[in-house]
Amino acid sequence: MASASAKKIRPKYLNLPAILFEIRLPVPGWVSILHRISGALLFFPFTAWVLYLLDTSLRSEQGFQYVKTQYLDLTLVKLGLLVLIWAYCHHFCAGIRYLLLDLDKGIELRTARITSWLVIGVSLALTALFGAKLW
Amino acid sequence: MVKRLVVGAHYGLRDWLAQRITAVIIALYSLIAAAIVLINTPLTYAVWKDLFAQGWMRVATLLFAASLVWHTWVGVRDILMDYIKPDGLRLTLQVLVLLVLAGYFGWAVQILFR
Repeated sequence: MASASAKKIRPKYLNLPAILFEIRLPVPGWVSILHRISGALLFFPFTAWVLYLLDTSLRSEQGFQYVKTQYLDLTLVKLGLLVLIWAYCHHFCAGIRYLLLDLDKGIELRTARITSWLVIGVSLALTALFGAKLW
Repeated sequence: MVKRLVVGAHYGLRDWLAQRITAVIIALYSLIAAAIVLINTPLTYAVWKDLFAQGWMRVATLLFAASLVWHTWVGVRDILMDYIKPDGLRLTLQVLVLLVLAGYFGWAVQILFR
């Protein structure tokens, strides 16, 4: 066929509805993109926030009491902290999975899918656990 | 000819390996820190202050902070290389990230050695 070597114009589906509803990422893909998103969030703003909390709570007795009894009692702060905890737990669990993959552990498709679900499940469970402690 | 970009990777294993080694240090510190906090719940100011007054804790936290800076630099640079295509903008953002990381590290040192 003459047209075989010609560059075909292929349809692009990279619009928002396609990304949300049509392109289906496999579970390991979800773990990967969430690892990236959680990492970015941990860099900013969460590191700055943790440094602020550490600074205030170590500065003085009043600072410590303020963080413990007033600041951490605000609903918005608790919700923010919940996202921080999830980001940390997900990045942690997914990170361990990647370290194992680097050592050729769990690279078969079936195992890789199971460990992906495990990463998502364990990090959500840990978030719920720490979240329960927070409230 | 190999095309090398100023804002590209360092074309080697160093960053890849550093990201993994720092990851292990970060994970270990996190587990130890979480265990200490959980053992001492509910946390009081005296315990909290004493903890960060100990020499080993200061050194460990400093090592953790340094690992975090290096780990974050590799990770965030990967993100910028994937999504930001114009060289000028990418370089600007990379410098900005480095400045933020240097600021974080300075802040951490200030908190630890006050």
